[in-house]
Amino acid sequence: MISRCSRGLSELSRHSCSLILRGLSTAAAASSEKSETSRINLCTAVNEALAIALENNRKALVFGEDVSFGGVFRCTAGLLQRFGKERVFNTPLSEQGIVGFGIGAASLGCTAIAEIQFADYIYPAFDQIVNEASKYRYRSGGEFNCGGLTVRAPYGAVGHGGHYHSQSPEGFFTHVPGIKVVMAGGPADAKGLLLSAIQDPDPVIFFEPKMMYRTAVEEVPKGKYTIPLGKAKVKREGTDITLVGWGQQVAVLEKAAALCLERHDISCEVIDLRTLLPWDVAAVEVSVNKTGRLLVSHEAPITSGFGAEVTATITKRCFARLESPPLRICGYDTPFPLVYEPVYMPTAQKIIDAVEHSLQY
Amino acid sequence: MALLRGGRQKVCQLFKSHVTRQSSVGQRCFSAEPAPKESDDSITVTVNPFKGHRLEPPSRDVQTNKKELLDMFETMVRMRRTEIAADLLYKQKLARGFLHLADGQEAVPVGIEAALDFKDSMIQSYRDHCTFLGRGGSVKELFAELLGKKDGCARGLGGSMHMYKREHNFFGGIGIVGEQCPLGAGLAFAHKYRNDGHVAMTLYGDGAANQGQLYEAFNMAAIWELPCIFVCENNHYGMGTAERRASKSAAFYTRGDYVPGMWIDGMDCLAVKQGVAFAKQFVLKNGPIVLEMDTYRYHGHSISDPGSTYRTRDEISGIRRARDPIEHVKTLLTENNFAEGSDLKKREKQIKREVEADIEAAKDCEFPPIEDLWNNIYKDGLKAKLRPIEISKPKIQL
Repeated sequence: MISRCSRGLSELSRHSCSLILRGLSTAAAASSEKSETSRINLCTAVNEALAIALENNRKALVFGEDVSFGGVFRCTAGLLQRFGKERVFNTPLSEQGIVGFGIGAASLGCTAIAEIQFADYIYPAFDQIVNEASKYRYRSGGEFNCGGLTVRAPYGAVGHGGHYHSQSPEGFFTHVPGIKVVMAGGPADAKGLLLSAIQDPDPVIFFEPKMMYRTAVEEVPKGKYTIPLGKAKVKREGTDITLVGWGQQVAVLEKAAALCLERHDISCEVIDLRTLLPWDVAAVEVSVNKTGRLLVSHEAPITSGFGAEVTATITKRCFARLESPPLRICGYDTPFPLVYEPVYMPTAQKIIDAVEHSLQY
Repeated sequence: MALLRGGRQKVCQLFKSHVTRQSSVGQRCFSAEPAPKESDDSITVTVNPFKGHRLEPPSRDVQTNKKELLDMFETMVRMRRTEIAADLLYKQKLARGFLHLADGQEAVPVGIEAALDFKDSMIQSYRDHCTFLGRGGSVKELFAELLGKKDGCARGLGGSMHMYKREHNFFGGIGIVGEQCPLGAGLAFAHKYRNDGHVAMTLYGDGAANQGQLYEAFNMAAIWELPCIFVCENNHYGMGTAERRASKSAAFYTRGDYVPGMWIDGMDCLAVKQGVAFAKQFVLKNGPIVLEMDTYRYHGHSISDPGSTYRTRDEISGIRRARDPIEHVKTLLTENNFAEGSDLKKREKQIKREVEADIEAAKDCEFPPIEDLWNNIYKDGLKAKLRPIEISKPKIQL
């Protein structure tokens, strides 16, 4: 069972990393055997992935609002200068148009990498994603597809983003067969996952945790590498309970796990799903069979969030093994608030509290 | 006076050479010349010519008087000081979130309110501080909202992007650009249905002019002949993208195609007043109109945008010199002997102090109660309770 878990670790060669975010530091491991690494942040990692994609594939395009000057988060900095305005270009303020246009270009073989400036703005494109991108291959009996489409969007809370700069809409997209949904949780993962997403034969929605663009820094392998989609990663091994999350919430889980051990002598296993659609059911099942307890955490509101899917599936698969009911510590069922953000967020303290209750069940 | 006029023309010419891509931005200086007074305090001012699309624009001669000009001056100064103070508050991290300032664009709301009344409805996207003040909102309410306090116009729950004023039919303050356009058509429908003689105005920017839902709104308003005034506040940049790189046609007043339209010098509050007064009468008889206000924002798109990576500082200062809306009204007041320059300066200083006092008063207000987290999601409250698990009280701050 443990060897199946560590398969998740082997794709990314071990490297020493420290996340500045929330003062977290994981145990240093040996440096990479494969290639050199550089210490960069998530934004630069994404930028490197885009540059590699553009360099290796002459049909790759990067487009979206304000990407020419580097984008609002600087993820596309320097790409226009390197690859030219035929391939890196601004679009008008038209999300529906951006994604629809990307679908069209992809169906004729382009590798269309579209950027939606904030995930909160993705909804005008929802129809295109759900009714066009996800169904193209299916409704044409395999004659056509738009697998070359990747839609990138920064998501998640930043501390003061309010209603329209903080949302986590991943739950809406996991409900759509035909697309894939990927959540990057750190710089090294982001680069490898994005390169996989770009070359994946199906359309991918790629969410990047905007709070981590500058704050998450780690050793990231240079050059090209990919991390397979659909594979979770065990970030911290443990024995008493399995904590499942994705994106920037994983750092919160890791912090909670460290405090659980320190304060309550509880050993938590932390899993970063990395891909939500399709998600690595086997990895979570293996872990919960080991620990007997499950807690899923995400920033999006709890009702019908992706945590519900994880909980339902694992409950069915591990029912006899479960020692306590699976828990979800998520955002409340309110619009993402402005002033109340610190109260709304699924904080480490809330997770610790829930873990304690679970262990006492 | 001649020197001033000649000087202004010189600046315009100098400025023309700095303008590279945006040919339309700097070439229009005010053509207003002081005209002989008809009575003691009313004058006629000639504004830059309007441009019409499928309609005959109104006359360039605008009637105004001392009181109106003084009111406009004070309101614009108050708006300007508010924006500058808001910028400082954010830099001090006392207010947080996203801030979109409209200094430079003050003439638009001021001119609009001179032509409409508070029974006409208005809806806009997030660059709404000045519009809120124009709609009769108070500076204290505005700052309380920025600081997240319960005396703010949205009880502290909206922040900078979501200013509202129910009593004066200001429907906000919308986050997603273009979303407010079909809403505006709906507001206009309600006015027509109620037959109340009022209109709806929906404002959007040059960036949002490429959103599909705007054209859906145009078509609906046109088919049903709704009294809707669509206003494109064209400040020439959608975030960091210049209008010409985002829009095949940057003549936004024509983008309604079958919907008649008009271009207005948006840096001149008198031109705006004249244009909007004409538009109100027009839509009550004929259905929708599209107005384009040619305006400019001095700050960047938002607090995190320095505003200089996609335009030159020369362009910004050139417009400030040649077309600043407050300076223009000051000139009209002094040249027509309605006020002394020194009095106006004194009044500006006074307003600055009033704004600062309002900020202090806003800081003293309380934060909203924690129950507001789950109020107003549905009509009936969620009847939730919050059980604190942290040792300290949950700290509400931005």
